[in-house]
Amino acid sequence: MNPDITRERENATFNVEKLTHILDGGIEKTKRRREIESLVISDPDFQSEDLNFLSRSERYDAAVKKSAQMILKLREYGISDPEEIYCYKSVFRGNHQEALGLHFSMFLPTLYTQCNKEQFKKWVPLAESFKAMGTYAQTELGHGTHLRGLETTATYDPATQEFVLNSPTITSIKWWPGGLGKTSNHAIVLAQLHTQGKCHGLHAFIVPLRSMNTHIPLPGVVVGDIGPKFGFDEVDNGYLKLENVRIPREHMLMKYAKVEADGTYVKPPSAKLTYGTMVFIRSMIVGEAGHALAKSCTIAIRYSSVRHQSEIRPGEPEPQIMDYQTQQYKLFPLLATAYAYKFVGQYMNQVYHRITGDISQGDFSELPELHALSAGLKAFTTWTASEGIEVCRMACGGHGYSRCSALPDIYVNFVATCTYEGENTVMMLQTARFLIKSYQQASAGHQLSGIVSYLNESERRLQPQSVSSRPTVVNVNDLASLVEAYKLRAAKLVEVAAKSIQQELQKRVSQEDAWNNSAIDLVRASNAHCHYVVVKLFAAKLGEIGDTGVHSVLSTLALLYALQGIQQNSGDFLQTGLLSVPQLSQVSQRLKELLAQLRPNAVALVDAFDYCDEMLNSVLGRYDGNVYEHMFEWARRSPLNKTEVHESYHKYLKPLQAKL
Amino acid sequence: MNPDITRERENATFDVEKLTHILDGGIEKTKRRREIESLVISDPDFQSEDLNFLSRSERYDAAVKKSAHMILKLREYGISDPEEIYCYKSVFRRHHHEALGLHFVMFLPTLYTQCNKQQLKKWVPLAESFKALGTYAQTELGHGTHLRGLETTATYDPATQEFVMNSPTITSIKWWPGGLGKTSNHAIVLAQLHTQGKCHGLQAFIVPLRSMNTHIPLPGVVVGDIGPKFGFDEVDNGYLKLENVRIPRDHMLMKYAKVEADGTYVKPPSAKLTYGTMVFIRSMIVGEAGHALAKSCTIAIRYSSVRHQSEIRPGEPEPQIMDYQTQQYKLFPLLATAYAYKFVGQYMNQVYLRITGDISQGDFSELPELHAMSAGLKAFTTWTASAGIEVCRMACGGHGYSRCSALPDIYVNFVPTCTYEGENTVMMLQTARFLIKSYRQASAGHQLSGIVSYLNESECRLQPQSVSSRPTVVNVNDLASLVEAYKLRAAKLVEMAAKSIQQELQKRVSQEDAWNNSAIDLVRASDAHCHYVVVKLFAAKLGEIGDTGVHSVLSTLALLYALQGIQQHSGDFLQTGLLSVPQLSQVSQRLKELLAQLRPNAVALVDAFDYRDEMLNSVLGRYDGNVYEHMFEWARRSPLNKTEVHESYHKYLKPLQAKL
Repeated sequence: MNPDITRERENATFNVEKLTHILDGGIEKTKRRREIESLVISDPDFQSEDLNFLSRSERYDAAVKKSAQMILKLREYGISDPEEIYCYKSVFRGNHQEALGLHFSMFLPTLYTQCNKEQFKKWVPLAESFKAMGTYAQTELGHGTHLRGLETTATYDPATQEFVLNSPTITSIKWWPGGLGKTSNHAIVLAQLHTQGKCHGLHAFIVPLRSMNTHIPLPGVVVGDIGPKFGFDEVDNGYLKLENVRIPREHMLMKYAKVEADGTYVKPPSAKLTYGTMVFIRSMIVGEAGHALAKSCTIAIRYSSVRHQSEIRPGEPEPQIMDYQTQQYKLFPLLATAYAYKFVGQYMNQVYHRITGDISQGDFSELPELHALSAGLKAFTTWTASEGIEVCRMACGGHGYSRCSALPDIYVNFVATCTYEGENTVMMLQTARFLIKSYQQASAGHQLSGIVSYLNESERRLQPQSVSSRPTVVNVNDLASLVEAYKLRAAKLVEVAAKSIQQELQKRVSQEDAWNNSAIDLVRASNAHCHYVVVKLFAAKLGEIGDTGVHSVLSTLALLYALQGIQQNSGDFLQTGLLSVPQLSQVSQRLKELLAQLRPNAVALVDAFDYCDEMLNSVLGRYDGNVYEHMFEWARRSPLNKTEVHESYHKYLKPLQAKL
Repeated sequence: MNPDITRERENATFDVEKLTHILDGGIEKTKRRREIESLVISDPDFQSEDLNFLSRSERYDAAVKKSAHMILKLREYGISDPEEIYCYKSVFRRHHHEALGLHFVMFLPTLYTQCNKQQLKKWVPLAESFKALGTYAQTELGHGTHLRGLETTATYDPATQEFVMNSPTITSIKWWPGGLGKTSNHAIVLAQLHTQGKCHGLQAFIVPLRSMNTHIPLPGVVVGDIGPKFGFDEVDNGYLKLENVRIPRDHMLMKYAKVEADGTYVKPPSAKLTYGTMVFIRSMIVGEAGHALAKSCTIAIRYSSVRHQSEIRPGEPEPQIMDYQTQQYKLFPLLATAYAYKFVGQYMNQVYLRITGDISQGDFSELPELHAMSAGLKAFTTWTASAGIEVCRMACGGHGYSRCSALPDIYVNFVPTCTYEGENTVMMLQTARFLIKSYRQASAGHQLSGIVSYLNESECRLQPQSVSSRPTVVNVNDLASLVEAYKLRAAKLVEMAAKSIQQELQKRVSQEDAWNNSAIDLVRASDAHCHYVVVKLFAAKLGEIGDTGVHSVLSTLALLYALQGIQQHSGDFLQTGLLSVPQLSQVSQRLKELLAQLRPNAVALVDAFDYRDEMLNSVLGRYDGNVYEHMFEWARRSPLNKTEVHESYHKYLKPLQAKL
């Protein structure tokens, strides 16, 4: 054990284990999580060379191998609870992805929820026994979030009772689905349904892609890998071009909409039903933002405690880099953010389960709010977490750039969340739509409830006043007061956006153009709303914590989170008259004090995340802090070191020397 | 040609070619640059498969091949002007790196400047004929920017007249030098010189690493590749462990310091001489920031003009995504930033050349200012450009995540500039040191000259006044007035940092601790200073431009750059009373107008950067806008598509199905 990091742990003022229990949701959950982690870690079948040393094809190979093993092991151990499966997977995946991911997260759930009885009986056993390995093919080369724009067609032919599937243009080629390129032999394909000469919009069809015997693509199916990406090297994201592929009528998923044998189209009863999965996945992503940032902070903060560099006081030994105020200012607010997002993730999960209960009883009333909340929070947390991961990486200096730090892997595999499951700007604008609608309702005298109830007060509280004459009510040392300030900022920015739309409309542009011409303000309003929600939930979480030591350190983190947000967005708080200029100086001063106050607990706070070395897979983030010897050992395994003299020397350099 | 992009070009209001000449520094330079580019592009020996499809070892192999080839071609064509060589290289390298990079940028220049006459005669011919392939080994596993912390030792043994080189600890292993792992047979090694029982600090030594015949590492030399990184896959960044390696006395570079045969150490005459190269490289990096961002904007803006998505007005066809205000708000300020950094790069280059002239005549007076400026601007531009590249990438939606967009390559190969050649936070603090020193001189009544002369005025101009009572002088539509505002902001933030130090000192902490406890404010001050310099130089550049059309569009860009900076840092401008709240709303409104105003010129403005498709190497950034068919074609070449059925199917999936 590195003595620096041991000393850090001795200086902690709270019980790390207790905080871990809070993060897991209870002591029992911590215990079970550790049991599951041990199963993977002690399993020789899951040992492999660092994926960074392998070629893309080898990485894909390794991922398929692990997925296949996992399926057998989960059955062997009888692990079937989704949360436990998730836990099992996150250990063996490390910072990477699973080859069969979409089979589990999209193919199976879609079959469960959209098959009619006969379809269920046929397809679920095939899928559960992996005879049918599937994916979900929605996005196309030329089309993303906008579903109506998708071009793939499924035309019903009553003569043979088949659908004929086609990719009529180059832009209609299915593009991006995970596992589509090489792994899957089936796909649920979203296509525009044409029957009896009419288009009925998007529907889902089960399309066989490859022979279930030989795995060779079927006639008319042009399928393959879309090529290397920023990350996700293990996944065969694929393309799919369909050329007059015929599938039987009952391959259309018919639980809701139907096409009868003669081609008659039968409408689905409600359109709201597909909402749920989307909301669930976005809620999950919020939690993932917390995880990714927590891992990154673990690595950067542990490394900052063992790395010595330069000098603060001349003549003294080089200090730990964590003693530099600038380093603390980079890392501690991110640490606070990681905690905030973990708690928000927990909250979203709870709300989702509660509302799902309501929905199954036919009560959709809370869905719009949850939908709006999950969209905005997904964007807010993934943007900030992505940036934060890079800050952590660069805070490790040059060594953060090495793949052995794991930070490049964490970044490239996480940053995709900013784009998938709803592009972030689009998400922010969805939330804005809900906010503006609520604002307009409030202005019309309706009493709002739920998270947007603050818009009720806006009329009353935010009459235009000059900055100097407003009474300053915010106490920068009081979290509750800061939550209030964030709330008023959100209210004000929603109002600014609504007024921008109003002004545009007065120029006689259309509603839609007015919206687009105010989009910058709308995103800003959403952002302020999400920021308010996060601060509020973090503050609320403190109320649940009994242990004094843990409560104290988390309170410091929450205050840091809130104050740093104010400093970074000081213009908003000054502009809205919520803070005065002298208060802003107070905020700066207080922030510095909080950094110093957190310094002794920094390592303990990342220890509490409880990522074992095998999961972090980072030489810089090792629990024992013995960084350098392991970097050297890791480097020696680099593929370029397999031979003392690389072949290129004989091929190019030696001949060059001879010619000069 | 894609009709969308053709229409964009038809709508431009200025002569693209004229702007290209300005960027190149004159019509003749444009012509020559294009000639050189054609030499590479038409050369079949530089054609190669997309590096993204290759394994790391293959990528290194390809890079060595290209470097060897380049050396022969440059001689064949008689290209020897450094600027022309740079141009030639940037075409064949694209976004990647050169295997022999350090031989050219560090090994040769160090030999030229630090060899004495006999050494020059021996080593320069060896290096210029590539018999000696070299690199420059400074950083160690445990030590970066802080030179005094380096541990490698060179101990003089007068008995044999040799130096004995050692890596005494694990942390002293040389780590990171490019080309060290496999390519170089020599290195200039920085080591602590010990002679006659005394340590004389760092000196440079030529250490043979590998046999010049067989390329096998010499006895006592443990050398290899440090393993995969975020980017720089083509480069064999290496480690070097020296175990009692003996080199003759005349392998110490002795132009300045010397060790005589008996071991007597002779001091160098001046320490300032090594300053120059560092300043030069940092100035170059500022220009690189402009290039990297310009390339990224070219890709994202061209793609945004051909990509259609969603709807603004219901019922109408999907609009070009560049019509979304949010997309414009992401990309156009970055486009303005790219222009700004290109102009700042030009300026730095000119200043460097002028000052180098002075230095060679013994006049060092301008060096401290240039040194401070190059440090801060390097940090300021690389941070913002790195973040900007990622914004460009994500503005391309999912397709930006594909390696075919080239944006991942641009990012991973550019972002290390935030760390190398001086870690950015360290750089910001160096600039801050100069600013605080200047501030104190001004406070003591000295009249400052040069870029920091604004600190002279600070005393009289920035007396604390309440926001409301200050006369508002800034005109948000006038660039000169905005330059003034940036200047006053910088002055105010320097003052705040100086006062923070003062307050700390009053708490009776040491000078050094006061510095560290004010580091956040110091970085902020540096940042504001650099921002002022960039805005000022951009505005100054406008004065050089005669053509009305070009002048008009660049003026719009400059105004956009200045106003967006104000919006992003609105807190600073409000806090210092430079802007009022109503003015800030004006800024927001004006920004939206500028975005709309730039919209028709966006494609033309990136065309003016004049990056050939072969240099961009981006399917999304193609000049002809024909994106989709080329994405499909590119994907089909993916290594995973070499076989229809990947071997992993037979190895793992088929057996899995049999077991279930």
